[in-house]
Amino acid sequence: MNFDELFGHLGQHTVDGLAKGAIYALIALGYTLVYGVLRLINFAHSEVFVVGTFAVLGVWTAVGLENNPPVAQAALFLLLGLAAAALASGGTALVIERLAYRPLRRRNAPPLVFLITAIGLSLVIVEILGQLLPDTLGGTMTTLFGRPRQVVGMPTIIESKPLFTIAGTSITNVQFITLIAALVMMALLDWFINRTKYGRGVRAVAQNPETAALMGVNQDRVIMLIFVLGGVMAGAAALLWSMRTGITQNELGFVLGLKAFTAAVLGGIGNLRGALLGGLLLGVVEVYAATLYNSSWEDVVAFVVLVVVLMFRPTGLLGESLGRARA
Amino acid sequence: MRRKYVRALSTTALAAVMVAAAGCQDTGGSTADSAKCGGKIAIFGAFTGDNAGLVIPSLNGAKLAVEQHNTAKPDCQVTLQEFDTQGAPDQATPIANQVAGDQSYLGVIGGHFSGESDATMLTYQAAGMAMVSPSATRIDLSQKGVKSFFRVVGHDGTQAAAVTAYLKRQNAQKVFVIDDGSAYGAGITAELGKLLGPLQVSTDKIQERQNQFDATVSKVKSASPDWIFYGGYTREAAPLVRQLRAANVTAKFIAPDGLYDTAFPEGASGGAEGAIVTCPCLPADKAGGTFAADYQKKYNIAPGSYGAEGYDAAKIFLDAFEAGKQTRADILEFVRTYDKQGTSKYIKFDANGDVDPTKVVIWAYQVKGNEIVPLEELKIS
Repeated sequence: MNFDELFGHLGQHTVDGLAKGAIYALIALGYTLVYGVLRLINFAHSEVFVVGTFAVLGVWTAVGLENNPPVAQAALFLLLGLAAAALASGGTALVIERLAYRPLRRRNAPPLVFLITAIGLSLVIVEILGQLLPDTLGGTMTTLFGRPRQVVGMPTIIESKPLFTIAGTSITNVQFITLIAALVMMALLDWFINRTKYGRGVRAVAQNPETAALMGVNQDRVIMLIFVLGGVMAGAAALLWSMRTGITQNELGFVLGLKAFTAAVLGGIGNLRGALLGGLLLGVVEVYAATLYNSSWEDVVAFVVLVVVLMFRPTGLLGESLGRARA
Repeated sequence: MRRKYVRALSTTALAAVMVAAAGCQDTGGSTADSAKCGGKIAIFGAFTGDNAGLVIPSLNGAKLAVEQHNTAKPDCQVTLQEFDTQGAPDQATPIANQVAGDQSYLGVIGGHFSGESDATMLTYQAAGMAMVSPSATRIDLSQKGVKSFFRVVGHDGTQAAAVTAYLKRQNAQKVFVIDDGSAYGAGITAELGKLLGPLQVSTDKIQERQNQFDATVSKVKSASPDWIFYGGYTREAAPLVRQLRAANVTAKFIAPDGLYDTAFPEGASGGAEGAIVTCPCLPADKAGGTFAADYQKKYNIAPGSYGAEGYDAAKIFLDAFEAGKQTRADILEFVRTYDKQGTSKYIKFDANGDVDPTKVVIWAYQVKGNEIVPLEELKIS
């Protein structure tokens, strides 16, 4: 037990954890949005995120990005990456909904069928990225996305430097951008759901689909909207992930998806602000656990925290709600 | 109507994708119908997956040996059947049962990793099959009393000693030691820790498939070492070294053969520059005979890690077939008493199935760009 390390640099570990958790939070939004409206756990969402990272990788390779570019260029490529990732992830989420879930919904399939479809889809996308794309694209694939199935490195777009130091805790530019970007995306989404006409539609369908339909809300359109929104958030997470860790792999999604889903449950699944809180908390707990003992224990501690929280608050920290109560 | 059409289409598309994804798992040679000479052997290892780059040269080396043999001896055809385990013990076990149960297999090359070798050695022993590993280096593999396990590579005790000697020569003061908890990584790291003694300032353990290493990076920064040792494979090492460098950790990075794979520098995007990788395997041009040239000609790439060892492992079985051995028991006995100059080293197994430690040569390689180039031979003392 390395208490000296943990408490000696508590601020530093907290900042590390928050930056780590910010990405969990953004992915968690996708789970929470879909669950809030459809009561469906979309396990394929982790692959929506992975597709985003591949889009970022592809775009950066295509434009010939090298390590540590000048600031203006970096900003441009970050925006380009964001656009590509949002498009790819949002698009994938939409395709998943249209191809897999909508036909099931039309036939009133029981919830378990949705669940198993989601897991199956997740595996299919992993293999499309790992096998089908390399086989069909051949050399182009390797040039753009590196060796199939192996961990692929991306160029470092922003060199990590301490931005400012408060009481011995230094916050790097990368951590700062990650946190701020995640908070801004979060705030935008929150505003969109709670303050706009479309958001009202989403909340209406979440509260009572039949009544919403009677009031003239197009349910299919609302459902497409939430899938796209979740996908775009995953795309933003993919960009931040690429900037922070600079790696991807076709099987990357499994662990991250599990963590993000945990974050969503921790905060209260179906609750947007809960996803943010859950994600950040999970990130911090993991870093604390890994520091205190070692990284093999971070998952154990994270899930123990989840179980304990659910024991006292079965619906998560902030409770389940998407428009049911005040979010 | 339209709904039905869409549904049918999407189902078909999904099915097609799944079939496409499930296909092309392994490519086997053709079954040779041989009368007195020749036979069938199996080779298993991580031919796809995270750490395949480490194993592919060995597979190619073995294929090269078999191909040369079959060309030279048309009346003594040998079939080499590939089984991809992705390096995972749980995938290697059913394959071991399958191979052991199929009497047409007379011997097996593998495992390539320590974990999968450990998980399958008892199965192969029970079936009376000789198992020759080109690259499983964990020390205790040969010390479990399994009489059918052999390896044409030096074990991690030798490698750890070479790393320790190298670090001392480099005047290392503080070594931070990290491992991935795998059979191989934890094994060699523990061995190194014993040898390093007080030079080892601190340790950390990460887990397989981990992507983010904030806590490890913080610990390394607090310990401010001048060297970092990592026992494990490419999948975790690439992001780890990259994140260490991003956090401005300048300590030198050294790792054993698990990282002798160009996917390591590629995955680390510049972070691995200058890293030292040791390996009980020879640089291609130092291997005996025409192996390096033949390999280069066939695969259009230099043999990387364990190419020569894979070739040697196959050669042992080929020699057995040529000597007219046709049963598992005869072949096992042939391997046990094998005594011959190989491509990588002189091959003669001791009672445990290890090669003579004095014949084992450890080399240090260095990462330059996306290449891993030979640096120097490591002396143990």
